[in-house]
Amino acid sequence: MTIAVSPASLTTPNGTTRPLVRIVIVGHVDHGKSTLVGRLLHETGSLPDGKLEMLKAVSARRGMPFEWSFLLDALQTERDQGITIDTTQISFRTHSRDIVLIDAPGHAEFLRNMITGASQADAAVLIIDALEGVRDQTRRHGYLLQLLGIKQIAVVVNKMDRVDFSADRFTAISDEITAHLTSLGVTPTAVIPISARDGDGVAERTDNIRWYKGPTVVEALDALTPSQPLDLLPLRLPVQAIYKFDDRRIVAGRIEAGRLQAGDDIVIMPAGKIAKIKTVESWPITPVSGPQGAGRSVGITLDRELFVERGDVIGHVGAAPRDTRRLRARVFWLHDQPLTAGASLLVRVGTRETRATVVAIEKAVDPGDLASEAASEIKRNHVGEIDLSLAQPVAADPASDNPKTGRLVIEVGGRIAGGGLVLSVDSGQRAATADIVPVESALSAEERAARYRHGGAVVWFTGLPGSGKSTLAKALERRLFDRGGSPILLDGDTLRAGLNRDLGFTPEDRAENIRRLAEIAAHLAANGHVAIVAAVSPAAADRAAARAIVGDRFREIYVATPAEICEQRDPKGHYAKARAGTLANFTGIGNDYQPPADAELAIDTTKQNVAASADAIETMLAGSGVLIGEVVDLAAHI
Amino acid sequence: MTLAARTAVAHQPIDAPLPELHDQLRPMDHLDALEAQSIYILREGFARLKKLALLWSLGKDSNVMIWLARKAFFGKVPFPALHVDTGKKFPEMYAFREHYAKEWDLDLRVDPCPPIDSVDPTLPPAARSAARKTEGLKMALAKYGFDGLIAGIRRDEEATRAKERVFSPRGTEGGWDVRDQPPEFWDQFNASPPPGAHLRIHPILHWTEADIWAYTKREGIPIIPLYLAKDGKRYRSLGDQDITFPVASNASSIDEILLELETTKVPERAGRALDHETEDAFERLRVAGYL
Repeated sequence: MTIAVSPASLTTPNGTTRPLVRIVIVGHVDHGKSTLVGRLLHETGSLPDGKLEMLKAVSARRGMPFEWSFLLDALQTERDQGITIDTTQISFRTHSRDIVLIDAPGHAEFLRNMITGASQADAAVLIIDALEGVRDQTRRHGYLLQLLGIKQIAVVVNKMDRVDFSADRFTAISDEITAHLTSLGVTPTAVIPISARDGDGVAERTDNIRWYKGPTVVEALDALTPSQPLDLLPLRLPVQAIYKFDDRRIVAGRIEAGRLQAGDDIVIMPAGKIAKIKTVESWPITPVSGPQGAGRSVGITLDRELFVERGDVIGHVGAAPRDTRRLRARVFWLHDQPLTAGASLLVRVGTRETRATVVAIEKAVDPGDLASEAASEIKRNHVGEIDLSLAQPVAADPASDNPKTGRLVIEVGGRIAGGGLVLSVDSGQRAATADIVPVESALSAEERAARYRHGGAVVWFTGLPGSGKSTLAKALERRLFDRGGSPILLDGDTLRAGLNRDLGFTPEDRAENIRRLAEIAAHLAANGHVAIVAAVSPAAADRAAARAIVGDRFREIYVATPAEICEQRDPKGHYAKARAGTLANFTGIGNDYQPPADAELAIDTTKQNVAASADAIETMLAGSGVLIGEVVDLAAHI
Repeated sequence: MTLAARTAVAHQPIDAPLPELHDQLRPMDHLDALEAQSIYILREGFARLKKLALLWSLGKDSNVMIWLARKAFFGKVPFPALHVDTGKKFPEMYAFREHYAKEWDLDLRVDPCPPIDSVDPTLPPAARSAARKTEGLKMALAKYGFDGLIAGIRRDEEATRAKERVFSPRGTEGGWDVRDQPPEFWDQFNASPPPGAHLRIHPILHWTEADIWAYTKREGIPIIPLYLAKDGKRYRSLGDQDITFPVASNASSIDEILLELETTKVPERAGRALDHETEDAFERLRVAGYL
C-alpha cells in the first residue's frame, strides 16, 4: 500500500533527516486497532487521493456502514472474516517524526503474526476498549512486548464514547494497566483516553475529554525515539560466512554491538582463538579505514590463517562473549505442541545453530492471566523459563548484558516455534574477570570508627519527587558532620550530571542508575563513611537489589509525604512539565512509585519539621548500631 | 563513512532535539541502515540455501538489489540473475539487460514464458499476462532446480505484499499460504523449504519507493531512462509494454522524482493495469505464485 503525505505535513525541507520510528499497534481483538490506524492516517493527512471515497463506495455497494478499519482490510479474505490476519506496514508523518506503522493482529490465534510485527518495532501502542477494560490478550501483548525488548509503550483507552467519556472509568483502566506494565518493568510513556471512531484524543483534546491533560496520540507518537544501535557495548560480530571469491579470505557478518577497525585485537568465540583485524573490506572502494559501528554489515580479513566458521562470534580481547553448552532462557512458545522437558530441538543463537535438549522447565506462565502453571510444559502462546543443554558450544551473552546476542529462537520441524531471552550463561568465563584483583584498604574499620564515632552505613532515602528527600539528606549530613562524622551525600540528580549521564529514565536505565549508586555507597560504607543516598528509586526490585549490594549496612528511609503535597511543592517544576506532557518517564503522576514495606524508618514531612525528622533518623541510626555514643578505646580491642 | 564525515552529518540542521553525545557517534544514516539490513538478508539466504537465483526484472528495484548483492559479496554476484522474459518489455529494457549483464559480470539466465494461449482465458487481460509470467517462473524453477528465489518486492508497493515475510516459504506448486506463515523475528529466518518447494527471499521488503530512488542516486546506480519524464510523462513502474502506462509527471531527474514522491498521493502501481482489474486480482495471483 503506497501512502504518501500531503505537502502541509512536511515540516522539514526535502532531504533532511527526520527520526524514523517503527511502531506497532497491539491489543485485544476488537478493541479498535484498525480503526485507530485508519483515523491516524486521516488525521495526519496521509491517505492517498480517492482512497476514502473508494472505500466508502465499496461499503455502500456491500450495504455496510463505513468503518475506518476498512482502510487496512484490503485483503478479500480479511474482509470476509472481519479480522486482521497479518501485519501491514504504513507510513505517515507527525510533526517531527516519520512513523512506520505496523498493524498487528489481536486475535489469539495469530500471536505469531503479532510477534513478527512487533519484533520490528521501536515502540508500541497498546489499545484497550474502555467498556471491556484490560483483557487477557491485553496482558499477553504487554508481556510479549517486554520480552521482545520494546521499552516504549503508549497506552490508549479507546471507545471512551461508549463510557460517556468517564474520567473515573479511564483512571481505573489506566491504574490497572500501569500496574501490570510496571510489574513487568515497563513504564508506559503515556495513557491516553480516545475515541478512534470520532477522533477524540487522536489529534485533538476535544471537549469530551477536557479533564485529560496529557498528550494526544499524535503527540505521544511524536515523542518516541528510534532504537539506537549498540555502539557503546563491547564488540559482537556474529560470523555469517567466510568468502573466498578471490585471493582474499573475508569473514562476513553484521556488527550487532560495539565497533571495530583494522588493527584491533580480536578473539573468536567459542573457540577463544586470538587474531588481529588486518583489513576491513568493502565494495566498490576497499579497504576502508576508520571505525565501523553497530548495525553495519562488514567483511574483515585477519592477520593469520585460522579456522573460523559461520556461527562464531568475534569480540575484542578482554571483552569477549562467554562460551557455553548450557543456557537458561525465558521463552515464549508458539507451537501447537507444548514444550516439554526432555524435548530435542534446534536452537539458533545469532548465526549459530545447534541441536539442544530441554533439561528442565523451571516456570510456566499464561501471560494472559499471569497464572503460574504446573512447570511440566509450556503451552502454545504461554511463556516460561527453561534450561537448555546444547550439542555444540555457543558464544552468548545474558540478555541483560547484550540484547542482540542474548536472545535465541527455537525451531521445530524447520519452522520457528518460539523465542526467548538468555537469562544466564552457565559455564565459561569472561577473559577480563581473571584480571580483577581487589586491593584492601590500609586502614581498619575500628580505626575509622574510633575517629568518626560511627560505623560505615548507607542511609537510603526513597520517596516521590518533592517529598523532601534532599532536604532531609542534607540535614542528616550536617548533623553527622557536626558530631565529627564522615557523611557523604550521593544525590541522584547530581550523579546523573556526571557518572550516570549516559543513563535515561527507562526502567533499565533506572535500575542501572540505582545499581551504580548502591555500588558507590557500598564502597564508601565499607570504608567507614556514612553514604547518604537521596534517590526517587521507585521500583521495589531496584531497592531490594541495592540492599543486596550493600548488605547489613543498609538503612532505608521512606519519605512518605502524600503525593498531592509533593505535587504542590514541585521544587524542580517536574510535575508541571509531566502534566503538560513534556517530561516523559516522570515518576509521580502515575502509579509507578512502589512504596517500601520494610523501611527502617518512614517520615511524613507534613507531620514533623526538618529538625524533628533529623532527630528521628539519628535515633534510628543509634538504635541500629551505626552511631557510637562513647569514644571507642582502641586499646580495649587490642 | 569516516568519523569526520559522521560529525559533519550530525551537524546538519534537523528539526528534532539535538541528540545526546553518544548518538552523534551513531555511524549510520537511514540508507546505511537499509543497506546493512539487506546485505544481512542476502548473506543469510546465500548461507542457508543450496541453489539460489536472483530475479532480475530490469526495473529500479531489482537493479538496487543487484547492487546490494555486489556489496554483500564484495563485487561478484555469486548466483545466477534470472530474467523470466515475457518478450513484451520495452526496447530500452532489453538494451539495459544486454549492457549491464556484461558490465556487472552477471551469470544471466533468460527464460521465456509459455504462449499466452496456454493460460486461463477467463482472466482479465493484465492478470492473464501475469499468470503467464508465473507459469514461466515455474518452468524455470523446474528447469534449474532453484530452492531459493531472491525477489525485489517491497511492503509499501501493494497491500498484499505488506503481508510478506523476508523469507517466505512457497508450496510445492509455488503457491503462497498467507494464512499459515511461520513467525519471523529478530532477523532469524525460516529457511527450510520442504523437498520440492522453494523459498522467496525479499531483501528490500523494508524499503520504500523513495528509499530506492535516494539510494540509486547516492550510489550512482544506472537506471532505464523511461523512469524520467519526457513530454510531461514518465513511468513509475516498469512492466510489459501492453499493460504498463506512464503517469503525468515533469520529474526529469532523480532529485525531481524524490520531490514528486514527497507530494504525490498517486500509488506507485497506478500505471499497472493488473492492479485495477478486480479488487482481489493481485492477491489471487500471489497465492498462485506471482511475485
